Amino acid sequence: MTALAAGAVQSVDWIAIAPPVIVAVTGLAVLIADLFVTPARKPLLGVISAAGLVLAGLALLPLLRGDRATFCVAGAPTQCSYVADHFTVVVQLLVIGGALLTVLLSMRDTRGLPAGEFWFLLLASASGAALLPASRDLATLIVALEVVSLPAFALVGLRRGDRLAGEAALKFFLSSVTATAVSLLGVSFVYAATGTLHLAAVATALAHGTGQLTVLARTGAMLTLVGFAFKLAVAPFHFWVPDTYAGAPVPVAAYLSVVSKTAGFAGLILLTVVAFRPYAHLWAPALAVLAALTMTTGNVAALRQRPGHPRSAVRLLAWSSIAQAGYLLVPIAAAGYRADPARDVGTTLSYALMYAVVNLGAFAVVVLVTGGGRSARLADHRALFATRPLAALALAFFLLCLAGLPPGIIGLFAKVAVFTSAVQAGLGWLAAVMAVNVVIALYYYLRWTGLLFARPESAPMITPTDDSGAGTLTAPSVARIPFPLATAIGLAALTGVALSGAPQLILRFATSTLF
Amino acid sequence: MNDTVLSLLVAALVVLPLLGALAALLPAPPGLRGRNPDQAVLRHGVVVTGLVLVLAVVLAVGFDHGHAGRMQGTTDLDWIPALRVHIHLGVDGVSLPLVVLTALLTFLCALHAYFKTPEGPTPKAFVALVLLLEAGTMGTFVALDLILFFLAFEMVLIPMYFLIARWGGEKRERAALRFILYTLLGSVVMLLGLILIGVRAGTFDMVSLATDNGSGLSRGTQIVAALAIMAGLAVKAPMWPLHSWLPDAHTAAPTTGSVLLAGVLLKMGTYGFVRIVLPITPRGAHLFAPYLGALAVIGILYGSLACLALVRQGTGGDLKRLIAYSSVSHMGFVLLGISTLTATGVNGALFANVAHGLITGLLFFLVGAVKERYGTTDLDRLSGATGAALYGRAPRLGGLLAFGAVASLGLPGLAGFWGELLAMFGAFHPAAGLDRAAYLTFLALAAFGTLLTAAYLLNVVRRVCMGDRRSENVTLTDVRGFELAAWTPLVALTVLAGLWPALLLGLTDPAVRTLLGGS
Repeated sequence: MTALAAGAVQSVDWIAIAPPVIVAVTGLAVLIADLFVTPARKPLLGVISAAGLVLAGLALLPLLRGDRATFCVAGAPTQCSYVADHFTVVVQLLVIGGALLTVLLSMRDTRGLPAGEFWFLLLASASGAALLPASRDLATLIVALEVVSLPAFALVGLRRGDRLAGEAALKFFLSSVTATAVSLLGVSFVYAATGTLHLAAVATALAHGTGQLTVLARTGAMLTLVGFAFKLAVAPFHFWVPDTYAGAPVPVAAYLSVVSKTAGFAGLILLTVVAFRPYAHLWAPALAVLAALTMTTGNVAALRQRPGHPRSAVRLLAWSSIAQAGYLLVPIAAAGYRADPARDVGTTLSYALMYAVVNLGAFAVVVLVTGGGRSARLADHRALFATRPLAALALAFFLLCLAGLPPGIIGLFAKVAVFTSAVQAGLGWLAAVMAVNVVIALYYYLRWTGLLFARPESAPMITPTDDSGAGTLTAPSVARIPFPLATAIGLAALTGVALSGAPQLILRFATSTLF
Repeated sequence: MNDTVLSLLVAALVVLPLLGALAALLPAPPGLRGRNPDQAVLRHGVVVTGLVLVLAVVLAVGFDHGHAGRMQGTTDLDWIPALRVHIHLGVDGVSLPLVVLTALLTFLCALHAYFKTPEGPTPKAFVALVLLLEAGTMGTFVALDLILFFLAFEMVLIPMYFLIARWGGEKRERAALRFILYTLLGSVVMLLGLILIGVRAGTFDMVSLATDNGSGLSRGTQIVAALAIMAGLAVKAPMWPLHSWLPDAHTAAPTTGSVLLAGVLLKMGTYGFVRIVLPITPRGAHLFAPYLGALAVIGILYGSLACLALVRQGTGGDLKRLIAYSSVSHMGFVLLGISTLTATGVNGALFANVAHGLITGLLFFLVGAVKERYGTTDLDRLSGATGAALYGRAPRLGGLLAFGAVASLGLPGLAGFWGELLAMFGAFHPAAGLDRAAYLTFLALAAFGTLLTAAYLLNVVRRVCMGDRRSENVTLTDVRGFELAAWTPLVALTVLAGLWPALLLGLTDPAVRTLLGGS
């Protein structure tokens, strides 16, 4: 810390930190530009945001070798606060790509929202998400996590005069603040016990024993993890998710379920596998139990969604995202049982990449079907194949990927990788629980898929009411799909199909060393 | 024929239906539009499946019959190095008959659908689903990598689900859901077993694992893996008591769905036993063989007794349901043959497998035709007080139904005979280390099962084919041209396999001996 104080002479590797910085700067630029743009040209702001994210994505190219680090302690080149290794680059790619898809989804949906603020908040949150996987000390980690979450509260509650949105934002805010408070308490305990905030140094200190402070260190580690569990909506800390997703605009729900969640997972991986590695015997069994609990809770609740219920499609995706978080936890838990955790971390990343692509794709089709209106009902997807065959096929593909059944081959192999991870770590029982969960999940994914191809109801189809007043785009059932939305669905579908043909593209992370 | 050509043929068997399924969804190109879009896409289905059948026959001819125990036409490409998954394909004497059977039955189904458009949503989706199903089953029979096998095994679920749920009869949604959830539960458990083998042995390659004959796996691993894999395959096969999805699925499925389900999909389960469980986890198989045999025999008796109950007057038995239960009974013979762990028994099992595919496929076609003419498959409504009098009202159809029934009950000289005989022969001398007394009991019970089978099938013939010619509605459409075209190959092959069993056994025997290895 003393070294950081000498910041005046510290050299900063701007290329290494370019991705989050570009996202943040774009956010500010959009906020300022909003003041000078006439209401008719507001869509331009969305284009600028998308361009900024593309630029940030390109800024990842020089980092592909994964050997850059900056903000290091003077004289100790291994203790750096910002490291752009392979792990960072992969997560940043996911986060930036996910944010880009969210921007494409939002272009039509933000009409009722204050445009400048919306894009600014989204990009601010994304920059935090891009920073998080690179941070290698506890302070940066917590700050990055807050940068992800704080704009997200506002995003959820941005729709003015909407009681549901307000309630959703409040729930999200309260649970998140509690989580942060608990995490911070944990971090302070860990700092007290080890005297350092750098993750690697924390690990070394914990490994050498903390003497009388062992209880403090353990409590600190556990509290920090509990805070993260809250953010990741791991059962039993998941209750805020369905209401928050259902109350938020659909693209924001998509963002929360993919980008914000992946960032949280990156943080959890850094904490468990790097910082609290010596306590693997404590957190690994706990995570295994939580994984089983989370996937079961999520799937059972998703099973109970009624198709005719308002916003049931978003609620179902919310619960399914909880269940998927359970699958994502499995390899992290497995990592605790093994001497070399790199492969398990890679498995989590592979799964997260698959999940990001197909989940965003599914949300994109939901946005299309509901027109961003209030009634994102499952029943509204009935006979989608008759009106929009391509969108229906795409959604069916995404849902089957989430379920892990061919033709969603990439979903299947991502699950195979997770199963392998569990079996290799000797977590046979967890693999069995997951197997049962895969079957439960198939039920509701398949019910939805079946709905897409069902015969239209005999009664004339009721077009979903669109409270944003974009009647021209949604009212006729054969209206053209707006270009950004079509791009988003197409991108997700193409990526999914390409990955199904060559799963190695993402599964290779499951064999390489990322740190 | 040279091996490269064989490799290309084998690969084409899987790839062609896949491409065909995609092409079915696209609008027809100019020049191939036909009379209307429906006709064009159904014709597309016939062309693609016909092409696959031609390829399968060419493969069977080019196959080196002198070395049926060796994998031929192999392709081995690295697909996902991260999971050590290869695209490893090939055929030997065990898989070749099943490949040809699949190609034949799918082609006949497509042909049938061309002339008799299935009732349901657009034929476009129907053709795409049937082709996807064909790709999945072909993939299962030619895959030589455990994970690839699993992928192909799963690939049939979604198409079959939609075939039942969209083109089926009463209670179709429920039956379809039950089918897919049951089989998926089985197959994810199987996946755990496959992964366990892969993790412990360091490879998913079925050929090298089979050559090792379990020497690379500890006994405990083999037992756990065998249990998991057998559970998954037993659901598919189906083995009593995991069969309960089958009668519902068959009753609800459309004719083509039933034919493919009974003729091809069930074979994937028993094929998996022979291809994976016996050679790769021999010690696990040895431990569980008696239990498998016992459950198989229970299945034989249970299936026959259920059929006897259904055939009785006044019980409202459904003809499709009855044939579904008879499948449980027939597959029991197949499983009994496998459980003996002897070359004789396994050969019998494979023979019975193919015979059941031919005969039950034919029976489901015939029942579909009966349903089309009478509007019901309910035996009581069908036969009225005396019988449905098919002999009188549609003599050829009646004759074929009687043929199917006697073939199914195992009349010597027809395909149904040899497989069940050999399976019971195997049970007379089970493999070393297995309790002979138990197997003799199984043998006796299975023999009793054949009696019951004869009883219910003859009863079916009595109630459906015989009876008074009622005055009203005297003539029914007899067998039409396209129906004859779809059924003749099955009848001919049933007779051929019955009269010349060596044709099939000559193929399977060397391969079975290779797979059983030293044990």
